[in-house]
Amino acid sequence: MDVIAINKDKYTWQAACTVDSIPEDGGACVLLNGQQIAIFNFTRRGEWYATTNECPHRQQMALSRGMIGSLGNEPKVACPFHKKTFSLKTGECLNDEGYQIATFPIKVEDGVVYVGV
Amino acid sequence: MNTNKRSSVVVIGNGMVGYKFCEKLLAKDKNSGQFMLTVFGEEPRVAYDRVHLSAYFDGKTAEDLTMAPMDWYIDNGIQLYLSDPVVDIDRERKQIRSHHGVVVPYDYLILATGSGAFVPPLSGVEKDGVFVYRTIEDLDLIQSHARKARKGAVLGGGLLGLEAAKALLDLGLEEAHVVEFAPRLMPRQLDDAGSSVLQRQLESLGLHIHLSKSTQEITGDDTITGMQFNDGSHLDVDMLVISAGIRPRDELAKLSGLETHPRGGIVVDNFLQTSDPSIFAIGECAVVHHMIYGLVAPGYEMAEVVAARMMGDDKEFKPYDMSTKLKLIGTDVGSFGDPFAAEPECRTVVYENRAKGIYKRINVSADGKELLGGILVGDADQYNMLLQTCKNKTILPPDAEDLILGSRGGEEAGAGVMSLPDDALICSCEAITKAMLCHEIGENGNDTIDLLKKATKACTGCGGCTPMVKDIIQGVQKAKGVYVRNILCEHFDFTRQELFDLVKINGLKTYTSVLNTFGKGDGCEVCKPATASILASLWNENILAKDRAPIQDSNDRFLANIQRGGTYSVMPRVAGGEISPEKLIVLGQVAQKYGLYTKITGGQRIDLFGAHVGDLPKIWEELIVAGFESGHAYGKSLRTVKSCVGTTWCRYGVQDSVTFAIELENRYKGLRSPHKLKSGVSGCTRECAEAQSKDFGLIATDKGWNIYVCGNGGTKPQHAQLLASDVDKETAVNLLDRFLMFYVKTADPLARTATWLNKMEGGMTYLKAVVVDDVLGIGAELEREMQLIVDTYACEWKEVVENPELRKRFSHFVNEPEVKDPTVQFEPLRDQVKAKEWA
Repeated sequence: MDVIAINKDKYTWQAACTVDSIPEDGGACVLLNGQQIAIFNFTRRGEWYATTNECPHRQQMALSRGMIGSLGNEPKVACPFHKKTFSLKTGECLNDEGYQIATFPIKVEDGVVYVGV
Repeated sequence: MNTNKRSSVVVIGNGMVGYKFCEKLLAKDKNSGQFMLTVFGEEPRVAYDRVHLSAYFDGKTAEDLTMAPMDWYIDNGIQLYLSDPVVDIDRERKQIRSHHGVVVPYDYLILATGSGAFVPPLSGVEKDGVFVYRTIEDLDLIQSHARKARKGAVLGGGLLGLEAAKALLDLGLEEAHVVEFAPRLMPRQLDDAGSSVLQRQLESLGLHIHLSKSTQEITGDDTITGMQFNDGSHLDVDMLVISAGIRPRDELAKLSGLETHPRGGIVVDNFLQTSDPSIFAIGECAVVHHMIYGLVAPGYEMAEVVAARMMGDDKEFKPYDMSTKLKLIGTDVGSFGDPFAAEPECRTVVYENRAKGIYKRINVSADGKELLGGILVGDADQYNMLLQTCKNKTILPPDAEDLILGSRGGEEAGAGVMSLPDDALICSCEAITKAMLCHEIGENGNDTIDLLKKATKACTGCGGCTPMVKDIIQGVQKAKGVYVRNILCEHFDFTRQELFDLVKINGLKTYTSVLNTFGKGDGCEVCKPATASILASLWNENILAKDRAPIQDSNDRFLANIQRGGTYSVMPRVAGGEISPEKLIVLGQVAQKYGLYTKITGGQRIDLFGAHVGDLPKIWEELIVAGFESGHAYGKSLRTVKSCVGTTWCRYGVQDSVTFAIELENRYKGLRSPHKLKSGVSGCTRECAEAQSKDFGLIATDKGWNIYVCGNGGTKPQHAQLLASDVDKETAVNLLDRFLMFYVKTADPLARTATWLNKMEGGMTYLKAVVVDDVLGIGAELEREMQLIVDTYACEWKEVVENPELRKRFSHFVNEPEVKDPTVQFEPLRDQVKAKEWA
């Protein structure tokens, strides 16, 4: 089931921030076209992820401040408010069915982080 | 798959039982796929948890109460029609027609139409301000009317009526009344004495209870203004919620010529079959064994029986236990078996403690061997065990009163949950027996509550069985000879205490090095803050330096407490609660400048709420200049040492409690621990600083100080216990050093001192032996370790303010550091602001 809320064929890469503005094995938030996007620098796995910054549970703009980690092999982020955890890959909520966050394509080139929106 | 061969199943009603039927049939039909489900619901939303309806006023949303989201129906191929009640059953052609004209043929028709509120034929029930309490829409109407109402009443003092009364209290009405026709509350569950104890508890919470009151009419022109009773009395109210019982929804069945009961309800046999063999009725619309089962658990069992029979299994609906346990406005109430059994066929044991608001009654068979039933009010901890003892006809101990009073001297009565027979029903919502749970735990390795929820659905209904399921997990593991270790999480196969020692011995100072050396995977929100706490307790380096910022829980990560809306609160240390006028002025000026809401806390300091993350360093810069330092309100660390004024001013004081409180707070400030630490120092035995409810507390005596430890308030308040008496200040500090460090090194993550002590083998005797008598010979080491923490203390906020690298992390948008989160919104509150209510 593919429920990621974007049309994968239709996005443009936008420069979001420099690599060093996102803490290693942590996240931070960027503002892109008025949209709040959480960017995660999963240094331990050598992976980058981008999701909405809003946690759907209480509509709080806080996912970028959450702790990241893994459930089995699935990379995840925990919302700081009530610890709902979401897969960074699919956006699926891992401990409460019925919640879902959007994820975005992300790439790093020459020290700059790009997000596909 | 050839869909023509599939049988059409139409379910009328999308309530809890209708939903459960679909869930059960789908699970059984998964491999064969012989059924096609169509569901009609009258309400505009998918099935939700009506049992916990009052939680809607407690902050839960309609979404929180939903049984399964819309996607679930779609994913499972269920054709769902909402806001579309069925209006006609054509039994000749075996098809139904809905209000919107949808016609669906059926092979099986399931009536799960439930019940509506029973509204007694009183004059005036049609007036504005009169409501029933049944659906989310009812609740929305009640909520909107309550905004302009001052006095409300509930007609009906049964289980639902009292739930509705709680709702009126939650909605903030000035006066809330309960009017009951019978001479007691919850007449089906409680006897007079039990009702009277419950009544006193409810009255102490501000409810007005009127018993034996027969309502004559509802007065007022278009809108209700009051209730007139048959005894001539009158009650002024602006709103009324009628909760006088339920009325089965049998009108469609009646219209279709199915047999219904003269007093309402669709008559079915033990297989839930109506007078038409293709049509079944389940839940509160069905009359089975000549009665309506007005609880959800028997409704689920009916769903199970019908689903099983459709799959060809031979199953029958047997008379169902109507025992119930619930929390009514903070008071536990339980009623099980035959609560009213009386002499001569039984002997009754009653315990009543009006001072504590507790009433317990058990009915024991005349031969003293079996438990027939009973009532619990105010303390229902023993409910599960009593219910099991009753249902399984377990032979009682010689002193049956031990069952409700606990054994006074000697061993506890009964041998706990593992002594129950295999077929004991543990989760009655989902009909799960002890044997099924033991099998899942022992054979399939589903040995946590979460895994068992997934594997069996136990604990997912009312949740009442969770404590017993936990005990069964422990019991099975003990029986298998498994030493039950409380390991941190999937990434560390160590307890917190083991990891603490390993980190110390190996001198590790970053999370990555700890994970690489002793863990696996990528960590998570459990082991990261636990490790962060260990590193801080051991080395006391700045918690945001090296790789440690992203492993902190979000409060620690921004050195402030995250609040509704994503803003933070700022709370500088005010040691002992002593503050100069100059500093008070600075707090006021800073709050004014940054638009912060201010409140005095329970810990004798001042909290400033509503700060944007980007403003935090600027706010702290100003506070630090004025001589403030971090209050660690955000950390699992020492919060405050509360004090009374003691000999400084008080005419009763025998020691200088303020000075000692300040000294203690300054000694232990910044100490990171498994959970927060609170303390208090009282200057005399009157105990104004409430030291006996703290993790550690001191009370002055003529000769020195008494030390109390391991108390807390919170969800489960517990009094602190005496560790040492009449000691001087120096000794008190040495003992506290040892006590705190012993706790820091050995407690599980997020265990307060009280929980830690409760789990400690040997309890307070052992703790005293270690801390006071130093039987382990670690006293000096513990004191040394504490001294290191004291000597290396530095204000975290001062370091951040002065360090540009750390300071940079305090912004909402890293690409627009000056822009604040635009979604943050405030609402006016009295003379200040508050966070916008979350949706």
